[in-house]
Amino acid sequence: MSTMSMSGALNLALADALDADERVLVFGEDVGPLGGVFRVTDGLAARFGDRRVFDTPLAESGIVGTAIGMAVNGMRPVVEMQFDAFAYPAFEQITSHLAKMRNRTRGTVEVPVVIRIPYGGGIGGVEHHCDSSEAYYTHTSGLRVVTPGTPQDGYDLLRDAIDSPDPVIFLEPKRRYWSKGEVVAGRPRTGFDRALVRRPGNDVTLIAYGPMVATALETAEAAKEEGWDVEVVDLRSLSPFDDETVCESVRRTGRAVVVHEAAGFGGYGAEVVARVTERCFHHLHAPVLRVTGFDVPYPPPKLEEHFLPGVDRILDTIGRLQWDDEVCGA
Amino acid sequence: MARTSLPARERSLLPTDAPLSLLTKTGQPVVDPELTMPDDDVLLELHRRMVVGRRFDTQATALTRQGRLAVYPSSRGQEACEVGSVLALREQDWLFPTYRDSVALVTRGVPAGETLTLLQGGWHSGYDPHEHRVAPQCTPLATNTLHAVGLAHAATLKGEDTVALVLLGDGATSEGDTHEALNFAAVWRAPVVFLVQNNGYAISVPMSKQNIAPSLAHKGIGYGVPSVLVDGNDPAALYAVVRDAVRAAAEGGGPTLVEALTYRVEAHTNADDATRYRDADEVAAWLDRDPVDRIEAYLTARGLLDDARRASVAAEAEAFAAGVREVMNADVEVDPAELFEHVYAEPTRQLREQAALLAGELA
Repeated sequence: MSTMSMSGALNLALADALDADERVLVFGEDVGPLGGVFRVTDGLAARFGDRRVFDTPLAESGIVGTAIGMAVNGMRPVVEMQFDAFAYPAFEQITSHLAKMRNRTRGTVEVPVVIRIPYGGGIGGVEHHCDSSEAYYTHTSGLRVVTPGTPQDGYDLLRDAIDSPDPVIFLEPKRRYWSKGEVVAGRPRTGFDRALVRRPGNDVTLIAYGPMVATALETAEAAKEEGWDVEVVDLRSLSPFDDETVCESVRRTGRAVVVHEAAGFGGYGAEVVARVTERCFHHLHAPVLRVTGFDVPYPPPKLEEHFLPGVDRILDTIGRLQWDDEVCGA
Repeated sequence: MARTSLPARERSLLPTDAPLSLLTKTGQPVVDPELTMPDDDVLLELHRRMVVGRRFDTQATALTRQGRLAVYPSSRGQEACEVGSVLALREQDWLFPTYRDSVALVTRGVPAGETLTLLQGGWHSGYDPHEHRVAPQCTPLATNTLHAVGLAHAATLKGEDTVALVLLGDGATSEGDTHEALNFAAVWRAPVVFLVQNNGYAISVPMSKQNIAPSLAHKGIGYGVPSVLVDGNDPAALYAVVRDAVRAAAEGGGPTLVEALTYRVEAHTNADDATRYRDADEVAAWLDRDPVDRIEAYLTARGLLDDARRASVAAEAEAFAAGVREVMNADVEVDPAELFEHVYAEPTRQLREQAALLAGELA
């Protein structure tokens, strides 16, 4: 066990995967000698050589499209999109081919490609560097979509993603790249598509993922002052969705709030609310609420603090969960 | 990458002004210092497969009129490209076709029924790509160019002697993926052959609205990709050009861009009305340049194709068409449960629930 940042844990996962399987390739923009703009691939080109870890021309559709061809030819490419919004040029390759190749060919062609995408805001990034693009991918069947909330999950989920026979959109919460935690490499992994209860509680379930896991845990601590015992569920896998873990928690607490950075309208949280409501209706004491980004384009750096869900807004929302019959302004 | 250390090739990046050819439109041989006339047995095989391919194409169009196919994009008139390019491949090479390349698929050996699965509507693709080394027929334009480059580069990384041939049309050269693929292939020196079948139209849009470069082949120079312009209705030249490009790729010479000038004799598909955007005179002029007639004239003049062989090839084509009818006239077996089987390696819990829901509806 050692203490490391999430970016360090991701780097270790890539190194261990490259070491374990010679079919694994790492490529993208600036991932070679530079080690990626977030240094997640730091040192990999030097250690594994430029036939396995290499820079490509600057073209995202090209990166994903060629990764598909390499996967057809037996490789396991792990490619990096430099930022969330810079992955959009690859959208056709991802949705029309990567997600559909297995189904199109009746299972005869596997395309085990991992697409790493740093996503979300909170780092003072300028436009196009802070999008939360998860719903575009979760709406596409054939893709797995996962996002770590802790350094340990950074390691475990990335190893799982690389081992998976299915294509994986691996969303890295860039504002948590430098958050540190204990990481054990090589331990038995929790399971690729299971949610985890990060903090047990009795009164309300906070459902979060990626960058909002830490915010949810912070909120849970602050909620003690209000007398609320908050449970935090970290989804980890956005698709497929772990109904079982989430619903078990909500049935116990009877209240739930879903938190994400992305805009709320048509967002991933709406799916979570629908699923929980469909399955837990008779256990709910209040409507399931959401705390999300506003329905505006991601704001410029000096305004992002007003956009991002924070502890206060989440606490306010918990307060609106019809703790008594008078408070139902929503 | 290791390949970039190889010496630069001596092949020209620019295509010739006039398309390369080995046979005039009436089948007279042409001496071209750039090309070698294929051997007689290759020419006879080109003829045979083109006749069979054309009969297959005619049969597929007829089956569409009878409602047996949902849609069929004909390649009538493009047989030199469809057949010549595929015969120039080696067994270990890969073909990346589009929806219009059914003739190329059957030439490669994909059974006709499996070739037509996509267009029949039973599934999105009917064959095992690994078995035939043929990627699924690609419906979105130009996206398959990148798959070809990736597969070819992986072969290089693994030390395998495999070349990827990707087919695309004139319209697809306007798509961004074509340009990314040419650039990736050039930078990686990937063993890829890009064959642009310039058949004059992207559905209804003519070349004049698609491109103002001197030729589509000229687009290779910006990427450092040697480019060739060839008469796409000359099966001998087409075969020779692609064979040379495959050889160059296999020897580490990197990619080649080939533009073949041909013509889509039929409408875009059976659902299209080509009279709305082109003149009958134009079609007639191209019918006069028919690729099958051309090689037949040459082989006949050479004494290689007599009435007996002509008849036996025609009989083979008829038998092939009869086989296609037999397969396609059988009702398609579809299994609703299969909807859920191939989405992931293992169906998710949610998909299992939905499969049970559908099964319940059907019970």
